[in-house]
Amino acid sequence: MTNIVIDNIRKSFGPFQALKDVSLTINDGEFVSLLGPSGCGKTTLLRIIAGLETATSGDISIGGRSVIGLPPKDRGLAMVFQNYAVFPHMTVYENVAFGLRMQKADEARVRKQVEKAAGLLHIEPYLDRYPNKLSGGQRQRVAVARALAVEPGVLLMDEPLSNLDALLRLEMRTELKTVLQSAGTTTIYVTHDQTEAMGLSDRIAVVHDGRIEQVGTPVEIYNHPATRFVGGFIGNPPMNFITMPVLAGQVAIGSESFSVPTSSGDIVLGLRGETVERAPSGQGLEMQVRVAEPMGSHLLLTGSILDQPARVILPATETVRNGETVGLTLDAKRVTWLSPEDGVSYPAAA
Amino acid sequence: MTQNRSWIPYLLILPTVVFLGLLFVVPLIQTLWLAVSDNGVPSLANMQTMVRDINFGRSILNTFLLTLAVVPIQIAMALAMGSMVSKVNGGRETILWIWTIPLGISDLAAGMVWLSILQNTGYLNTLLFSMGLIERQTAWLTYQTPVALFVGIAIAEIWRGTAIVMIIIVAGLNQVPKEFKEAAEIFGASPWTRFTRITLPLIRPALQSALILRTVLAFEVFAVVYALGGRNFPVLVGEAYNWQNQNQNYSVAAAYAVLIMVISLAATLFYLKVIKVDPERLP
Ligand SMILES: Nc1ncnc2c1ncn2[C@@H]1O[C@H](COP(=O)(O)OP(=O)(O)O)[C@@H](O)[C@H]1O
Ligand SMILES: [Mg+2]
Repeated sequence: MTNIVIDNIRKSFGPFQALKDVSLTINDGEFVSLLGPSGCGKTTLLRIIAGLETATSGDISIGGRSVIGLPPKDRGLAMVFQNYAVFPHMTVYENVAFGLRMQKADEARVRKQVEKAAGLLHIEPYLDRYPNKLSGGQRQRVAVARALAVEPGVLLMDEPLSNLDALLRLEMRTELKTVLQSAGTTTIYVTHDQTEAMGLSDRIAVVHDGRIEQVGTPVEIYNHPATRFVGGFIGNPPMNFITMPVLAGQVAIGSESFSVPTSSGDIVLGLRGETVERAPSGQGLEMQVRVAEPMGSHLLLTGSILDQPARVILPATETVRNGETVGLTLDAKRVTWLSPEDGVSYPAAA
Repeated sequence: MTQNRSWIPYLLILPTVVFLGLLFVVPLIQTLWLAVSDNGVPSLANMQTMVRDINFGRSILNTFLLTLAVVPIQIAMALAMGSMVSKVNGGRETILWIWTIPLGISDLAAGMVWLSILQNTGYLNTLLFSMGLIERQTAWLTYQTPVALFVGIAIAEIWRGTAIVMIIIVAGLNQVPKEFKEAAEIFGASPWTRFTRITLPLIRPALQSALILRTVLAFEVFAVVYALGGRNFPVLVGEAYNWQNQNQNYSVAAAYAVLIMVISLAATLFYLKVIKVDPERLP
């Protein structure tokens, strides 16, 4: 059992609080992403778990044992660094073998493990080469193979794909998923790329400004973001936020009326751009379209709703002219209502 | 258009080539000729005079012993200092600045500093006397105390010349991304293993430069030795100086100069061969 329990971790660099009370439980064999914009504290949290950085306060246990104060090597984990950190003065074989050599594994086991890891990541042809001869994607594979060769209980990855070009990133993403699923390792994966997190993760922890804003499956987080930040950060285009007046617990949209979780004042409608349909003319939520972009697979509309910026997606079969006003029909089950004061969403309607 | 101007780079390089030619190559050839000629005729007479001189063997031995004692200690100290300072967050520049102070002092002045410490009425004796460890002034720098003299000179040389090694090593250490050491740490390498298996191989180029520079300079040691030991501790450059100034025999002095150059070149070749730097195996 290599579950990970992160309990009220705080970290300050001088007066600056990089992590403000972070708690998160990761189950055995689970793949959890830490997703957030650059500078939000993802790497810091990962390094604290690894033991490369010490927390100001809080506790971390791996496999039921507190690891605070333990050096990295006694935590039973392996790590893949953002810039790979593949040793340039060792052959690919020796790089992959490094962890086993440090464990003083015998030669037969080293060979067996290196061959297994190299096979998983398709780097057998390069085992005798030096890393400088390899492309970014190949080095990336070496870094992952080096981590998997020690059969770690926990695998930590810090933006492992961010240095690859877009096409390679997609390819490696699919491959990582296959490899890691078969290895069954508990994995914490740091990324600022939401598609990566959505595609790979069992669960995602969205980090913002040193805090975890929401933890959930990709679908949960996508459909029901806990905060305005999460909704705006995840999804492409991001969620639209339209502030509307509430009258007696109801919001009037076109000819329809939606009951909302507050009785008066304002409320924010969180609207995923692709959850709308085009309403018959003169009905629905009015959107002033500034630009209509046919993307092939869909039609992207940019403009405003109730004088607030909005982006929605219609089927590619629709035609909309720039400057036109279109009516949109909402699906009450697929909208999120948020408080205009703190940007926290109301619980999803049952 | 471009072809018309192909002479411009040569024009720009010309002053340095002329300068080096006049002030380095010409004297070098003159010195070589001076060493291997006698009254304008090729001859090994100067070499023979040099080799037969009673101080010749001692000056070679002393120079090599000093180099063998000083250079490894300087490299080891520079590595230790560089590694320590890389762990420091605040005040790094100040520490480096203090460590490099000896660089700003001429070697003769450095010799005088250590003379004031080690001479009979120096600070060392005063300190030892006040602590009751010695009863009267002790001489450290005479031909009767060769070990103390050697140690004194070696310490002064180490004090004077470690900073330049450290600067090169620190520059090399700065080139090693910390992720390499962290990756090694994650995979279970002890601090010593990280140093020997990761850091040292990755700073090979800096190590090579530092060794070449320091060894060549060590073969040229003179002012510190002269200040502390005078003629009690003959070294190669000191002998060249004596033949030039005391004996007014420029030819034998030239023979010494050529010998020192040959030894330096041999040492450089040795390091280039032994510490190979393969650019393919660097970050
Ligand atoms: N060693 C450090 N000293 C001071 N501030 C740091 C240090 N490491 C990280 N920080 C700060 O902590 C914040 C979070 O950094 P990091 O965890 O690297 O973010 P992320 O990986 O999410 O981009 C950043 O504002 C960064 O400047
Ligand atoms: Mg980061």
